[in-house]
Amino acid sequence: MTGESSTEDTWTVAGRTFRSRLIVGTGKYKDYAQNAAAAEAAGAEIVTVALRRVNLSDPSQPMLVDHVKPDRFTFLPNTAGCFTGEDAVRTLRLAREAGGWDLVKLEVLSNTKHLLPDMEETLRALKLLIADGFQVMVYCSDDPVYAQKLEDAGACAIMPLGAPIGSGRGIQNILNLGLIIEQTKVPVLVDAGVGTASDAALAMELGCDAVLMNTAIAEAKDPIRMARAMKHAVIAGREAYLAGRMPRRMYADPSSPLSGLI
Amino acid sequence: MTLTINGEARDLEGPTSLSALVASLGLDPRKVAVERNLEIVPRSAYGVTALCDGDRIEIVHFIGGG
Repeated sequence: MTGESSTEDTWTVAGRTFRSRLIVGTGKYKDYAQNAAAAEAAGAEIVTVALRRVNLSDPSQPMLVDHVKPDRFTFLPNTAGCFTGEDAVRTLRLAREAGGWDLVKLEVLSNTKHLLPDMEETLRALKLLIADGFQVMVYCSDDPVYAQKLEDAGACAIMPLGAPIGSGRGIQNILNLGLIIEQTKVPVLVDAGVGTASDAALAMELGCDAVLMNTAIAEAKDPIRMARAMKHAVIAGREAYLAGRMPRRMYADPSSPLSGLI
Repeated sequence: MTLTINGEARDLEGPTSLSALVASLGLDPRKVAVERNLEIVPRSAYGVTALCDGDRIEIVHFIGGG
């Protein structure tokens, strides 16, 4: 059927199927209530979460799970703040105990200035996590060679950055991203660097399976509205990808016939 | 006995269990995960996990993140 799909357009990671192709983070919001409202407005089914020490001096502080509820969203625990494979394994073992699931996001960063992934350590951490039974979605640089190594090692999704985390600069290397999308058999998600709706649409037009973002929504003047914009952008980009874009031409091609002119 | 909980030294009346500690801290055990001396303690084992002097306990939960 043309124009409307007879089967729903879904994507599957580690055996779990989702309709929404927008994964949102839960950091940097004014409060958890705004965070939950933004995740709803984005139509997200998956949210990333971090794991940290409980504040013992004030256990009555608001808790994420009371607002962004695990029965409504699939939690994707991350390893933000980990700089070694061992840190990542320790963090995600705790996350698995806290949440009881094995689908996780691995990110092993190099330094705090640009937060670019340490790919050598990321690959090592991935192997440790897979040996420990995790299903690992891997945040990575936009390097097709390392992306292939991650896939070969058993990553269940490849998540190259568009630009550094929180930079909002959009997709910096369309060529590399295209190569990664072309070669990868598991889902590819642009994770990090999206700044506004057109960045998300571009990622989807290139053929990504989904987009993961946090700051672009959380730091918008109106996060709920931006969440909605991102939802539409991801849908629009996906639809454009499936529709297949027209060829680029050097010169104009008139839309109205040139014959039959008076 | 003295335990180190989330990096802070704390004096506790012993003997006590992990479930008693979690309750005394005002925490809902369903919303946290606990590591004792670098080993995960499954939630089902809090009641039978006796704490010892010098134990290093980490109690963590999910917070917002990207």
